[in-house]
Amino acid sequence: MNSEICHRQKTTPRRRALSSSGIFAGISEKILQSAAIFSALVVLALFGFLAYFTLPLFSNGQFTELFSLHWQPFHGQFGIIPMIIGTIALAFTALLIAYPLGLGICLFIHGLGPAWLSRPVLLLIHGMTAVPTVVYGFVAVFLLVPLLRDTFRSGTGFSLLAATLSLSILILPTIILLLNSQLQQIVPRLRLTATALGISRPQELLYISLPAASHGLIAAAILGFGRAVGDTLIALMVAGNATQIPDSAFDSIRTLTAHIALVVSTDSQSTTYHSLFAGGMILFLTTTSINLALHLLKRKSAGGRDCE
Amino acid sequence: MKKHYMSILSLGLLSVLIFSLPSLASELDRFNDLKGNIDIAGGTAHIPVMKDAAKAIMRQHNAINISVAGGGSGIGVQKVGEGLVDIGNAGRPVSGKEKKKYQNLHSFPFAVDGVAPTLHPDNPVENLSSSQIQDIFAGKITNWKEVGGNDAEIHLYSRDEASGTRSVFWKKCLKKGLIADFANIVPSNGAMKGAVSRDKNALGYMSIGHLDNTVKAVQLNNIAPTQDNAINGSYPVVRKLFMNTNGEPKPLIKAFIDYVLSSEGAKSIQSHGYIPLI
Repeated sequence: MNSEICHRQKTTPRRRALSSSGIFAGISEKILQSAAIFSALVVLALFGFLAYFTLPLFSNGQFTELFSLHWQPFHGQFGIIPMIIGTIALAFTALLIAYPLGLGICLFIHGLGPAWLSRPVLLLIHGMTAVPTVVYGFVAVFLLVPLLRDTFRSGTGFSLLAATLSLSILILPTIILLLNSQLQQIVPRLRLTATALGISRPQELLYISLPAASHGLIAAAILGFGRAVGDTLIALMVAGNATQIPDSAFDSIRTLTAHIALVVSTDSQSTTYHSLFAGGMILFLTTTSINLALHLLKRKSAGGRDCE
Repeated sequence: MKKHYMSILSLGLLSVLIFSLPSLASELDRFNDLKGNIDIAGGTAHIPVMKDAAKAIMRQHNAINISVAGGGSGIGVQKVGEGLVDIGNAGRPVSGKEKKKYQNLHSFPFAVDGVAPTLHPDNPVENLSSSQIQDIFAGKITNWKEVGGNDAEIHLYSRDEASGTRSVFWKKCLKKGLIADFANIVPSNGAMKGAVSRDKNALGYMSIGHLDNTVKAVQLNNIAPTQDNAINGSYPVVRKLFMNTNGEPKPLIKAFIDYVLSSEGAKSIQSHGYIPLI
């Protein structure tokens, strides 16, 4: 009974508002709808164009050449396998460093560290997102690369390792902020109960909050990986861009993104140029599937919460 | 009283200076009745010269606006062919395929640029033969001691396929030979200088115009890669720098090209280490 009254009181003003500004509401809805349709079309068009430009490779039978191990366009070899391997190697190693670090910092903020430090640390992480990528790249070229070259005396310093270290700093805030937003939702819900049960803060974080945030943990990993795959500048500036399959962390590598950036200004009528679209296609499909995975994960976690 | 006198004198001097300026910059008079925008893009070796010209012209003529962008030789040809810019620069002639697609392109060569094999200043190697350089870039020679240097690994630096600098070095020095997969690739002449100047065991190549004392140009077959040797033809690794327009250039664009080709343009071209074509 009580709730029914409450319900009626809520709906009447809303209905009145609708009737008075019905036209405007209708128009704004249409505008928003067309904006949504437009952006969806842009993505589809992007896919269409990529497919269209990749087509000459298929029809010429040059597609198999893309999966050669060597990139020597002046000698008729257009293999982008080294770049695919470079991209995967770089993204995984960067995630391997950044993810545990991000997790640790996030737990530090949420109670493993002293309380007075958590706000400044979070502020610092937020500040890190504002640092332009080129600054990281620049610092890496001037400090990290010579350091690696002189320390390990193997290779030029422009290497997988240099790119991994710089890239892991770049994707660190992405991972931390995503984990943080998850924990911020979960921790207050559980903290009182946990404290009442006599569970210490570290115990509560490690055994209750963290498992409850499992979707966030996976989402942070996927998003961090996506950011690492998509970044161009770090790889272009410090990875060395050699078109080889790396044997060690000290080898120079080239990522797909850096490859596109480097080759895009070639003669636009050449096969070299068309092969770029195949690289673009692979990147596009990768990031799309990453986003899809995130979306599915979100739906799954939303469904799970409803059941709780 | 004396102070007053001095200020009149200095004012007089100033006015003489101001009125005499236009007569000094007579090459800029060709822009007197012109106005509008000039958009320039393409080869990165051209940028210093283009910027000099743009600065001089815009300082004198407020109604003219000139924008200079990079992008590389391929981008320059493509953009001017599609009508996106007025002048598309390229550090190589327009390719046959490009000519087929953009049939109205007009090319204006304005300078000669040499490409020099480059080392770190501390590297004791002073001379390399072309066959030695070819073997190093193919990955057959990997240690400096094999060519008379220290016992150290050779760190190879090359440019991307879009680079005009790479194109001429590959054709005229490497004789279209292989460039090893493990060579580091840098995206511009500036990045090449940055990389080689900080790596004691580096071997790269760059436009003569970009050379300075942070790097060392090595002699090729005992011939130093200098402007003089490039002019008299004894240094072989040279190329022309081109400005390209789509169709006959409009008056404003024509005036810009003429200015770059004038004696003042030549001064700027020379000051950046290139050889003017007059």
